[in-house]
Amino acid sequence: MIQFENVGKRYPGGHEGVRNLSFHIEPGEMVFLTGHSGAGKSTLLKLVLLLERCTRGQVRVNGRNLARLRPRQIPYHRRDVGMVFQNHRLLSDRTVFDNVALSLVVRGLGRQEIGRRVRAALDKVGLLELERSYPLTLSGGEQQRVGIARAVVSRPPVVLADEPTGNLDPELSREVMALFEQFNQVGVTLLIATHDLDLISRMGRRILTLQNGNLDRDSAALVRDAD
Amino acid sequence: MRIKPKIWLTRHIQVGLSALGRLSRTPLSTLMTTTVIGITLALPTGLYLLLTNLQHLAGSWERTTTISLFLQMNTADQQTGQLARRLRQRDGIDRVEVISRNAAMQEFRRLSGFSEALEALGDNPLPPVLVIQPGLRFDDPDHAEKLLEEMRTLPEVDIARLDMQWVKRFHAITEIARRGVLVIASLLGMAVLLVIGNTIRLEIQNRRAEIEVTRLVGATNAFIRRPFLYSGLWYGLLGGAIAWLLVSVAFWLLQNPVERLAALYHSQFGLTTMDASLILTLLGGSALLGLFGSWLSVSRHLSGSEPD
Ligand SMILES: Nc1ncnc2c1ncn2[C@@H]1O[C@H](COP(=O)(O)OP(=O)(O)OP(=O)(O)O)[C@@H](O)[C@H]1O
Ligand SMILES: [Mg+2]
Repeated sequence: MIQFENVGKRYPGGHEGVRNLSFHIEPGEMVFLTGHSGAGKSTLLKLVLLLERCTRGQVRVNGRNLARLRPRQIPYHRRDVGMVFQNHRLLSDRTVFDNVALSLVVRGLGRQEIGRRVRAALDKVGLLELERSYPLTLSGGEQQRVGIARAVVSRPPVVLADEPTGNLDPELSREVMALFEQFNQVGVTLLIATHDLDLISRMGRRILTLQNGNLDRDSAALVRDAD
Repeated sequence: MRIKPKIWLTRHIQVGLSALGRLSRTPLSTLMTTTVIGITLALPTGLYLLLTNLQHLAGSWERTTTISLFLQMNTADQQTGQLARRLRQRDGIDRVEVISRNAAMQEFRRLSGFSEALEALGDNPLPPVLVIQPGLRFDDPDHAEKLLEEMRTLPEVDIARLDMQWVKRFHAITEIARRGVLVIASLLGMAVLLVIGNTIRLEIQNRRAEIEVTRLVGATNAFIRRPFLYSGLWYGLLGGAIAWLLVSVAFWLLQNPVERLAALYHSQFGLTTMDASLILTLLGGSALLGLFGSWLSVSRHLSGSEPD
């Protein structure tokens, strides 16, 4: 589903976001991405969403070679990839409902369909009663869950999350992770960047560890080697 | 996924209305921008209307222009009458007055004071005359001229005369003025483009965050542009409406003095104000200017935010 082949990203100015990454993520997998601050986790996710283009190698998502996508095709690629941002990126002048609905509005869905799906997503993240609130009146955890609802409301095959539990207490973090596991159970491929090693080590999922822009450890490969 | 036409239409209406809603949420700055546009558009519109009025005025003078046909000396009164009847039925001729030889003689006697000398002459030296008033044709300033040429070819006509030189000059002058108005209108139209383009640029800056997030969730360029294009459309349309208002008020204020002046000259002249086609042209043109101005701004300031 997500396929990196010798991928490097050099930012203008010479900073190396990632250096040389190769890995495959199969459809329906739930994978964690970890590593020190500045290791390249956010850069990797941006490459998948095509917020940045890689400067070497090849990224394939859902069968598409991203280097081949022309600018006008990018929006349609992004509709296949839901993204939960580190800093939420909610629009403060719109209600929770409208923030979540944005993902569907850009797809040109009808009003009733939008209303139905947004409420289902808000219900899933436990925020249905806050649909008329504005993001700034919500707690950090609630804002994070609005961001998650916005990423999944359009039922994309791939969901990325950049430190979705960064601002949450352990209890809420577990809840958010449980939420992601539910999405995974209905077939969504997930790639989640996080520092929360305690939490993810107990979940028994594949973990990619980055160091200075290189893949330092892939827990799946370790399992394979052990066999 | 394909968007159904009905949803597409409601979406456009929604985007259009919400763009209008955004403008109404900042009434003061919207009013200032649209007033600037309104004043800018009122100038060429007012000039154009002024020119139209001048041309109508010239038309009403033209009505007093006549063609005099001096017929052959030997034309009998009966023949003269027949010719007059024939000409009256012709298109492009309003009125034909017959001055018989006798009538001409009497008139000449009365006006010239040469009555004794004329008595001595014995014979009446004056030919019969037909005075023709050409019909009014705004679309064809040369109408009277063409009519004159035609009259010259009539076998009964000896001399045909018309004094229209000044009318022609006036037409030439208004033609130059018309071009001038066109030039002014183009320049001011460009000013409107700049005003709207700049307003939209500021709006894009203020909504950067929203634009970015919308892109992240998979909005196409067309989707992101649409609200700004509608904003531009509204700015143009509202500016056009203000121009309409300004010009209407100005001409309303002129109406009474002009009619009083016309009355002094025993003229029926009345001021022409904005008619439906001019209003439609103004509003349609201003809306298009708004759309185009924001399109320019949007193409400049929204492109380049994608990695390529
Ligand atoms: N827009 C940018 N321009 C230049 N350099 C950048 C840019 N974004 C990231 N970098 C650099 O790329 C490297 C990787 O950054 P990245 O944000 O991917 O790290 P990260 O693993 O997400 O870190 P964190 O855990 O702190 O979020 C860093 O050295 C950073 O300075
Ligand atoms: Mg990061």
